[in-house]
Amino acid sequence: MTTVDLQPAPTEIKGRGPWQLAGARLRRDRVAIGSVVVICCLVILALAAPLISRLVGHGPDTQYRTTGLTPDGLPVGPSRSFLLGTDNLGRDILVRIAYGARISLLVGVVSTLLAVVSGVVVGLVAGYSGGAVDTVLARFMDVVLSFPFLLFAIALVAVVGPSLRVAILVIAFFSWAAVGRVIRGQTLSLREREFVEAARSLGASNLRIMFVDLLPNLTAPILVYTTLLIPVAIVFEATLSFLGLGVVPPTPSWGGMLADSLQYYQVAWWFVLFPGLALLATTLSFNLLGDSVRDALDPNADRLQRRP
Amino acid sequence: MLRFIARRLLLAAMVLWLITVAVFVLFFVTPHDPARVIAGRLATPQTVAAVRHRLGLDRPVPEQYGHFLDRLLHGDLGYSYYNSEPVTHLLLSRLPVTVSLTAGAAVIWLALGIGTGVLAARRPRSVADRAATVFVLTGLSTPTFLVGIIFLYVLFFRLHLAGITFFPGGGYVPITQSPAGWAQHLILPWLTLAFVSAATYSRLTRASLLDVLGEGYITTARSKGLSKRRVVYHHGLRSALTPVVTQLGVDVGALLGGAVVTESIFGLPGLGQLALQSVTTQDLPVIVGVVLIAAVFVVIANIVVDMLYAVLDPRVRLSLGASARALLRRCISPFRHWTMVMRCPVCRQSGSRAKSPRRVEVCHCGTSWSVRPRS
Repeated sequence: MTTVDLQPAPTEIKGRGPWQLAGARLRRDRVAIGSVVVICCLVILALAAPLISRLVGHGPDTQYRTTGLTPDGLPVGPSRSFLLGTDNLGRDILVRIAYGARISLLVGVVSTLLAVVSGVVVGLVAGYSGGAVDTVLARFMDVVLSFPFLLFAIALVAVVGPSLRVAILVIAFFSWAAVGRVIRGQTLSLREREFVEAARSLGASNLRIMFVDLLPNLTAPILVYTTLLIPVAIVFEATLSFLGLGVVPPTPSWGGMLADSLQYYQVAWWFVLFPGLALLATTLSFNLLGDSVRDALDPNADRLQRRP
Repeated sequence: MLRFIARRLLLAAMVLWLITVAVFVLFFVTPHDPARVIAGRLATPQTVAAVRHRLGLDRPVPEQYGHFLDRLLHGDLGYSYYNSEPVTHLLLSRLPVTVSLTAGAAVIWLALGIGTGVLAARRPRSVADRAATVFVLTGLSTPTFLVGIIFLYVLFFRLHLAGITFFPGGGYVPITQSPAGWAQHLILPWLTLAFVSAATYSRLTRASLLDVLGEGYITTARSKGLSKRRVVYHHGLRSALTPVVTQLGVDVGALLGGAVVTESIFGLPGLGQLALQSVTTQDLPVIVGVVLIAAVFVVIANIVVDMLYAVLDPRVRLSLGASARALLRRCISPFRHWTMVMRCPVCRQSGSRAKSPRRVEVCHCGTSWSVRPRS
């Protein structure tokens, strides 16, 4: 159950805050460190995309119809000039994966941030105000969550036309309610605590109580949900692009590459494998990191489940 | 109980109404003029105007919405722009495919999810538990289409090369035509959907079973001398499955509206594929039809789950006399072992344990909230 540190007492005992403790727990977690390393590699890959393109000498959208395709017009496998092979139009898969990482990370991070910010604001207001405001906002969140979101996203994109901005907004719109619900639930229990009463008796305004007193107490769930929402958003974007409703070709995106590869998986395994691996590595490491962050911030949550 | 049902129905009606508004707005803000789409590229302005008049697009917006709602209430979803077929016909012809896909996949993912969940919960932190965690995380991280492509590559393509042609690469055979062919053509799509969904169920079962196994009545059962196996499967699992039932309702409701990705990979002519095709042809009435039918399924599933819930949770009942309650409890006696549960306000799962006098509930998602005792 609880591990007790039985090492000889250090000469000086230093108090450690909850954040320091969480940080220490996270640093001891090998899975978390591994995921952070993978995520850092991805960020470097995304940032260095033009550099990779320059080094290899292939543009992301340039079609190498003579060197990048076999005489039959089929993709060329991994070789010295095309390290990860080419796609159906003779484009370098390595360079396209690097540029695709930019799209995935951009969509993942931006739409998650949008969703988290709006979710936190709505959840805080709903949970703190209570009464009619709470009822309306909570019902609205219920409605958003009960939308058949993929179909609705398809309908929306059909009407507005696919683009990166639309994809980000759609993903954010269907993610914020989940965050809002969590924050509302936490706020409901937090607002009954003494420190809120103390703040109120000191004359703090509602806005101040919400954003200065309550918000810092919500950092842990916000952090956990941000980490866990990023892979969801990345998968969502890849799915939209896979269905031809996300990023518009020829801009490289992992989902779009995998959609193209569906026609060629029988002759070009590299066309499926590398974008698929990139996508899987990204989502898996964000999910693992999210789990570790949750464990580090709230060790009790897990212990509660692990009772004998 | 009646009041509870009435409230749920009212809420459901509100959700559906809001969705019609959203869909109508979507319809209305479209930058493409539907009349122009129907009339074709070479149409004269007069033809376009005539089409617009026929569709009622020249009338004021509120009137159009009223008309839209009126037709909707009569079960009329309009006609496809693409081939002028009634949208309801199109939807009904696609529905069996999606239902077959969802039902079969649900059976597999329940078996897979509950199986691994129980395995993990019986020995927490064991090798089995860790393996189940890896399974869960892979399932949660892999997009449906990637799973589909992998299954196609390994089970269809590689096996075909090896001379085993058991798995077809796509297509659909109606069950009325050949039940064996139906199952054979659906097995890969089933596995794909099941693999992606099973992860959630595995996690849910594990958390909920671990929670239940800490209950007093489990200790009682053990001290009565019952075997551990019997206690886990007979007493524990039964009550631990409540959140699983909730989740199942929600997932099935969502999938019945069309498993877009799975259907498009395996070429299944279901609702999701219909929606996707309609996007390519800019066939708005069909898209609207699919979205609405999907919303209806989600709402119905939510109501079913809530009702089931009201039956399982004695505290959800509203204005029901004590004797009637006792009668109801006796009617559902197979469920008497189910623990009292209350839906968590955060994750909406009924995974919390509620010991009656306790004022603070704790959910497995880490949320705690206070309960006002109902009088």
